[in-house]
Amino acid sequence: MENIFIIAKKEFRSFFISPIAYVFITVYLVVTNFLFFQGFFLNNQADMRGYFGLLPWVFLFFVPAITMRSWAEEKKAKTLELMLTWPLSDVEVVVGKFIASFAFLTIAILASLTIPVTIMMLGSPDMGPIIGGYAGAILMGAAYLAIGLWISSHTENQIIAFIVGVVVTFVLFMISNPFVLLAAPSWLSPILSYIGLGRHFESIERGVIDSRDIVYYLSVVGFFLFLNVQSLASRKWE
Amino acid sequence: MNQTSGSFMLEVKSLNKKFGEVHAVKNLNFQIRKGEIFGFLGPNGAGKTTTMRMVTCLIPPSSGSIIIDGNETGANSLATRKRIGYLPEMNPLYNDMTVREYLEFVGEIRGLKGAKLQSRIQEMFTLCALSKMAYRSIGKLSKGYRQRVGLAQAMMHNPDLLILDEPMSGLDPNQIVEIRNLIKSLGKEKTVIYCSHILSEVSATCDRILIINDGQIVASGTSDELTAKSVRGSRFVAKIKADRHEIETKLSSLPDVSKVLISSVATPWVTAEVVTGDQQDIGESIFKCVVDNNWSLAELKHESASLEEVFTQLTRK
Repeated sequence: MENIFIIAKKEFRSFFISPIAYVFITVYLVVTNFLFFQGFFLNNQADMRGYFGLLPWVFLFFVPAITMRSWAEEKKAKTLELMLTWPLSDVEVVVGKFIASFAFLTIAILASLTIPVTIMMLGSPDMGPIIGGYAGAILMGAAYLAIGLWISSHTENQIIAFIVGVVVTFVLFMISNPFVLLAAPSWLSPILSYIGLGRHFESIERGVIDSRDIVYYLSVVGFFLFLNVQSLASRKWE
Repeated sequence: MNQTSGSFMLEVKSLNKKFGEVHAVKNLNFQIRKGEIFGFLGPNGAGKTTTMRMVTCLIPPSSGSIIIDGNETGANSLATRKRIGYLPEMNPLYNDMTVREYLEFVGEIRGLKGAKLQSRIQEMFTLCALSKMAYRSIGKLSKGYRQRVGLAQAMMHNPDLLILDEPMSGLDPNQIVEIRNLIKSLGKEKTVIYCSHILSEVSATCDRILIINDGQIVASGTSDELTAKSVRGSRFVAKIKADRHEIETKLSSLPDVSKVLISSVATPWVTAEVVTGDQQDIGESIFKCVVDNNWSLAELKHESASLEEVFTQLTRK
C-alpha cells in the first residue's frame, strides 16, 4: 500500500513539474465553460445538464492526453526497466500510476465548480443532480483513464498513445449510441448498449446515479487495470 | 571449490534464456562469493545484460536457477530484489526530477523514511560528490554527474549485491579513478558485479573475472590466471645497438625462443621483440647473449600478454 502511495506521489508531482498541467487545466476549463454557457442563457434553465452532456465528448480528447505519457515516456527513457527491478509489484506500479492520473483529472473537474457557483448566483438550481453529475463525471473519467493507461503501456510513442486512446474511447463510447444500436443485429444491441461507455452516462447526465452504472464504471476500471498489469507482465513471456 | 553454498552471494545454475529463435544465454554456471568484486566481461551482444536482467528479476530465465544468498529469485522475487542495487546500462533517470527529489523517491521505495532517509541522502551526496547538484534537474546534468546519480540510486539502500552495468561510460579519467576507488572500497563489505567491455578497468578493479561470448562462458579466473591462459607466450622487448641480422640470428638460437621480430631499426638502436613458446622467463639469457656479443643494451623489458589479447583470442569467431 505504501509503495502505491509513493509511486502515485511521484507521478502526480511529475504532472506539475512542467507548465503543461496548468495549460491543460486552463484549456479544459475555457473550452467546457465556453461550450456550456453558449447554450445556458438560451435555455434559461438553472441546471447543469448541458455541461454534463458535454463531458463524455471533451473527455475523449482530454483523458488520453493525461494518460499518453504515463507508460510511453518511461518505456522510451528505459526508466521502466529500472523501476521493475526495484522491490515493487507490478500491481503497485499500475495502481499508483492510475491514482496519480485520477487525482489530476479530479482536480481539473473540481476546478469547474465555478459553474454551479455561478448558476446559484443566477437562480436556484436543484443541487442533487449537480452533485450526482459530478460524481458520475469522475467515475466516467476513471474509466477513460484506465483505458488510456492500458493503451499507453503498449507503446514508446506518446503521440500514438494519444491517438489510439482517442480512437478506442471513441469507439467504446459510440457503440451504445442509438444510431449504432438501431443498425446492429437485435441480439447484439443489448450487449453493445451495456458495454458502451455512453449509455451509462445518460442517466447520470440527468442526475440519476444508479448502482448498476457505478458497478459498470468500476468494472471497466478494474478490467483495464488488470489488462495493464498483464501488459507489464508480458515482458516475461518473450 | 570446497565452500558451502552459504558463502555464495550469487549462484547461477544452468541458466538459459531464449528470445524466440535466439538463444541469448546458454547454460551458464557460475558462483560469486560474498565480498568479491566480480568482473563480467564479454563483447557487445554476448549476453551480459540479459544475464543481469535475469538476476535482477526483470525477466525470468527460460530455464535454470538464480540463487541470491540462498534464496531462489523466482519464488522470492521481492525479497531478493531488496538486496540488489542495480545500475543499468545507459543509466536511465527521470530527467524532470531534481537529484534530491529522485534520491528521495528511490529511498522511499527502498523503505527509508524521515530522518533516516535524509541522513542517507546526505551520505550519498558525500560519497558520490553530488552535494553541489542537489537541486539541479537531472536532465541538465553532465554525463559524469548522471552516472553518479545512477550509482547513488543503486547504493541508496546499502545493498548486499551491487550490479553495475558499464558504470564508467561517459566518465573522464579523474572520475574513473574516483569511481574505481569507490567500487574497491565498497567491495570490502559488499559483493559487486561489474559488467564491462573495458578490460583495463576490469583487471584493475576485479578480484575475479568471467568472460562470456555468445551466451557461453569462455574463461574465468583472476586477471593473472586469465593472462596466463593466453595462447601466446611471454614477450621480451630489447633495445640493442648492433647489426639487425646478427641480432636476429643470435637471439633466435637461444633456447625456448620461438620467434624474433625486429620491429624498429632506428639506427643505431634496434628494437627486437623476442617471443617464447611458453610462459618462460628468458630475460637472463637475452642479457647474457648481449654481454657475450659485446653489444650495448638500452632497454630490456618483459611484456606478459595483456587481458586484451586474451579477450580477443577467446571471443573472436
